[in-house]
Parts: sequence; structure tokens; C-alpha cells
Amino acid sequence: MLSYASAKTIHARKKMYVDYMNRIEKKYVSLGYQPYRWAVNEARPPWQPLRKPLSRCRLGLVASGGIYVTGQVAFHYKDDTSFRAIPREVETENLRATHFAYDLTDARRDPNVVFPIDTLRRLVEEGIVGELADHAYTFMGGIYSARQVRELLAPGLTERLLSEKIDALLLVPV
Amino acid sequence: MGLIARHAEAAGITTLCMTSALDITRAVNPPRAAFLDYPLGHTTGKPGQPALQRQILLEALEAFTSLEEPGSIKILPFQWSEDLTWKATAQMGNDDRISRYDTPQYQTEGDRLRAESGDFSALRVCRCSVCAG
Repeated sequence: MLSYASAKTIHARKKMYVDYMNRIEKKYVSLGYQPYRWAVNEARPPWQPLRKPLSRCRLGLVASGGIYVTGQVAFHYKDDTSFRAIPREVETENLRATHFAYDLTDARRDPNVVFPIDTLRRLVEEGIVGELADHAYTFMGGIYSARQVRELLAPGLTERLLSEKIDALLLVPV
Repeated sequence: MGLIARHAEAAGITTLCMTSALDITRAVNPPRAAFLDYPLGHTTGKPGQPALQRQILLEALEAFTSLEEPGSIKILPFQWSEDLTWKATAQMGNDDRISRYDTPQYQTEGDRLRAESGDFSALRVCRCSVCAG
């Protein structure tokens, strides 16, 4: 377990982790975009300690791997700020994955690699997690504008999550 | 994703962000994170390995209670392979991203037909204005 500061130190010292920021900056330049400005939050994050044990929590799931259920409109690849609600009892075989930025082979074979619905349902059965929210929420990610995420996507999703009456939320980016 | 975590946490929801991109997560600085050092597209495990997927989530969910300092990141004890060449490929390899189309990109033609047919009675999926796109 590492604090923010020590994770940064280890990252700089060992150079052992992939430097995605550098890679994505180069990509945007090659596409003719303005140099990408990363969302950097020096400010201490908000903090809400868990109010009860996970075994009694109602858990939400939000994932950005471009997951949808067949029958829903799929995501598009250009700054798509929409999201989809996926019923917690969805048949895994009806899940689909679409995305411009990662190799979809494994996600299409087993959506649990980016959308751990079967894993979470199993943990509920085992009593490790209390229950799941009625819906998981998915979106596309790769939205160029952090402002659009802050002003459109984040408030829209948070409103839905509050209406699901969840205690805790697991977020799974790609 | 970290921006959404910060937003939800500020609204009173306890959040945990999985991540496989440590540098991006450090910059966005969500309340709590669990880092899995796997190639992108495998944030919660390897395909067809439910026991491993379960172990990964158990280790990750533990961070809900064990992390006590805002902005902390738990490094999960899993390695993609003994061989680290995937990291060199992720860092230096060809960029195989797909063009940024602004029309829905269906996995299958059947999905397109189902979504466009308007007959959703057999499908228990959300078709509210948000989900209908």
C-alpha cells in the first residue's frame, strides 16, 4: 500500500510502469490536436469513509470500457459523453464491448476483464459484498475535454448513482 | 474516471478507482485507487479466469477500508507475466487506435439491427433517453 507521494517516488526511481501520459500526448499532437492538458489535481481529494462494512454495503459499478447490452445504442468514438444503465441481472452473453483505444479481443471474450459483473455477483453470493445497485453504468471514456467530463458526464452519473442509494462505488477505467 | 470518482465522493459516496495506468491516476488524484499492473483492457483480470478475477477484486476491495489517506494508491500483488515485453510494446509499439467515428460503433450487425428496430420488448435493457443514445 502506497501513499500518493511514495507511489510517485517509486514510479520515478524504478521506471517500472508504463508512461501512458507521454504516449497519449504524442498521439494527440500527431492527430493535429492542441497539446493535451491533463487534469492534474494537486488538491486533496474529497473523502467519505465507508459508513459500514462492505458485507452490508450496496455497491455501485461504473466502467468506461465501452460496454453496452445488445439492443442498446452503441457508443461512438468521438467525445461520447453519454452513458448506459446495465441491469445487475444482465445475461453476460448479451454484453458487448466497443472502444477505439484498447484491444477488444479479451473484453469480447470475457467482459469481466473490464466490467466485473460476474465477479461482483459471486462476491454478493459469498456475502463479501452486501448487494449490487439495480444498475451498473458504463460509458466510453477517451473524452478529450476534461471540462465536458466535469460539467456533463460526472454530474449526470452522480445523479443516477445517488438515486441508486449506493454506499460505495467501484470505478473501472480502461 | 478519477474526475468522476472525485465528483461522486464529494456527493457522499465512498469510491474506489481501479487503474492500470499509474501515472494518469496519480495526476487525476482520486480519493482511493487500486493499481493492477496489467496491459490496458484488463483492468479487472484475465479472460476466462474467474478465480483470478475474484482474487484481484478481493485485493482491490480491501482498499475501501485499508486506505486511510486521501489520494492513496494500493499496488495490487499481481503480475501479468514473468516476461515484461508487454510493457515495452505498450510504451513504444505502434499506435493501433481506431479512428474517431461519431456514429455508433456496434460489435455486431445484429446489435445494430436490434438497436434500430425499436422492438425492445424481449430485451430487458434500459431504453430511457440516456441509454437510447
